[in-house]
Amino acid sequence: MTATAPHLRAADAALLRVEDLVVEFRAAGRRRVHAVSGVSFDVLPGETLGIVGESGCGKSTTARAVMRVTRPASGSVRFRGAELTRLSERGLRRIRTSMQMIFQDPVSSLNPRRRVRDIVAEPLVVWGRGDAAAREAKVREALAAVGLDYDVVGDRYPHQFSGGQCQRISIARALVLEPELLVCDEPVSALDVSVQAQILNLLEDLKERYGLTLVFISHDLAVVKNVCDRVAVMYLGKVVEVAPADALYRASAHPYTRALLSSIPDPDPDPGPDAAARDAEYGPRGESPSPLDPPSGCRYRTRCPLAQDKCAREVPEPRQLDDGHTVACHFPITTS
Amino acid sequence: MTAAEESPLLRVTDLTTHFRTDRGLMRAVDGVSFTLERGRTLGVVGESGSGKTVLSRSVMGLLPRGDVVRGGTVQYAGEDISALDEDGLRRLWGREIAMVFQDPMTSLNPVVRIGRQITEHLRLHTGASRADARAKAAALLKSVGIPEPERRLREYPHQLSGGMRQRVMIAVALATGPRLLLADEPTTALDVTVQAQILDLLRAQQRQRDMAMILVTHDLGVVAGRTDEVAVMYAGRVVERAPTRTLFTNMRMPYTEALVRSIPRIADPGHTRLAAIPGRPPDMTRPPAGCRFAPRCAYARDKCRAEQPPLRESGEPGHTFACWYPVGTPEGAAALERNRKEAS
Repeated sequence: MTATAPHLRAADAALLRVEDLVVEFRAAGRRRVHAVSGVSFDVLPGETLGIVGESGCGKSTTARAVMRVTRPASGSVRFRGAELTRLSERGLRRIRTSMQMIFQDPVSSLNPRRRVRDIVAEPLVVWGRGDAAAREAKVREALAAVGLDYDVVGDRYPHQFSGGQCQRISIARALVLEPELLVCDEPVSALDVSVQAQILNLLEDLKERYGLTLVFISHDLAVVKNVCDRVAVMYLGKVVEVAPADALYRASAHPYTRALLSSIPDPDPDPGPDAAARDAEYGPRGESPSPLDPPSGCRYRTRCPLAQDKCAREVPEPRQLDDGHTVACHFPITTS
Repeated sequence: MTAAEESPLLRVTDLTTHFRTDRGLMRAVDGVSFTLERGRTLGVVGESGSGKTVLSRSVMGLLPRGDVVRGGTVQYAGEDISALDEDGLRRLWGREIAMVFQDPMTSLNPVVRIGRQITEHLRLHTGASRADARAKAAALLKSVGIPEPERRLREYPHQLSGGMRQRVMIAVALATGPRLLLADEPTTALDVTVQAQILDLLRAQQRQRDMAMILVTHDLGVVAGRTDEVAVMYAGRVVERAPTRTLFTNMRMPYTEALVRSIPRIADPGHTRLAAIPGRPPDMTRPPAGCRFAPRCAYARDKCRAEQPPLRESGEPGHTFACWYPVGTPEGAAALERNRKEAS
């Protein structure tokens, strides 16, 4: 356990452990986009970790840095104990077969000129796994696992499928190498709600069946609550709160988490006086500032209804509230 | 009282909009009727391909001329506007009916300052002088919650955040005091904390101005607290319409029920299995016979696959639905039970 990240658990217990991750991009005029500024989290085998936040909070950049699609400026990413940030390209390629990723836009993440069976078989071909017959058997199994029939869909092209089916195909492609970790970046945001439910149920089934560990990134707190065991809330490049999914809803301590919760459009025409009062108390002000020039101290203070002078002066360090529940706030909310 | 004042603000009768495509006629909107009274808000909810956006564009007369087969009528304050030519429509747009779209960046001209985009519109429709229009534009920006309006007027759209741009679009739409605002997915491109602010703004402005509003969205949560009535669309048709509270508490159409159940709820315990709707919406060039939701419906019997159910009254005021085996009725419960037995 480190002083800066009390929510990290024993290093040898975690499948993935990210410490003090920093990712910056160069912008015009020698300026820097502070996309991810010291993010730490870990995921135990078989666990689903949700990373939730609004656009520009750095959640997708964090995922890309974990996969080392983007190179972090500093910090550590350890997968099964191996330090990925220092790994050679070759070592990285080998370990990446155990870490797969699926993306938000399922249609554009599939090659439009290849048949479904070739798309799903490609990772096997790249890695020279098995002969043609063994590969076909693998592809058949992966497609069946996502609810598609090889004999029906194998010869077709991505444009012949709906968004939901394309997401099933990309999940099949991710599964074919039998990964341990699946990083899902907004996997259902582009889908209709009825189809979204199918894909979320599918991910839960696959996790069970293959013993997968999931990192699930989304802007939708209700979706994250449904599929995740633990949730990290990000705001402007920082993790502001980490908690077990149920605790986050019951007793969120960071004003930003409260704001996110109260902003969810609830399909209930009678939110009740409690919800209305909660909205009035923690409703966020304005919009997220630019990561080019994040506010001093606590980055949420410009929108926070509870902000005091101290919040502008001092960066709040994460501190432990309950078992597995940490918050980075000078004035955390303690009432539920 | 004149005939125009007695008639509802908007009366849409048997509206159809079909597109000619390579694969045949695409029945985007297929016989939709509804009325909207002055100062009321109607939510139109549906998934992609349900026809909700084509419906709102058909009402506005914003459809391409070629390859479109139209039918039915749209009456605005008693006048049939479906037959109007472009000049006639232009008189209506902006002054009487305004529209806010999903993507504020593509609705604003990127190379023209915010100020000119608003004042031009004001001067065109109200004949205000340059100085008057400028003052009014600043007041409008202030009314939609934009701080430092004078400075914003001199800026370009890219200098504003997504939420600010949508506020500008709302200011433009409200500039000429329209009596009907069509908001098509106005918050879909925005972050959830900003969405709540924009929806509250639309609701406040609608009440303050006693303006009617049609809020088109894929999100049942968006219409729940903010509309008087809701129309649920599926495969080009309105399948249920009710006062908002009735819809949520006493829904009759199995599709509405399925849609509500498929939404993950924040109050449910983690890992709650979601009630997904099997399959997907039909190809609208070849819609199924009978009820179009039947292939995905847990209640559907042979009759549903053969005969299209008409919209009928539920008995509660203003509540209509199109289903042979409605939710919450003995027939519906029996159909569901028989389907379960046959499946096992």
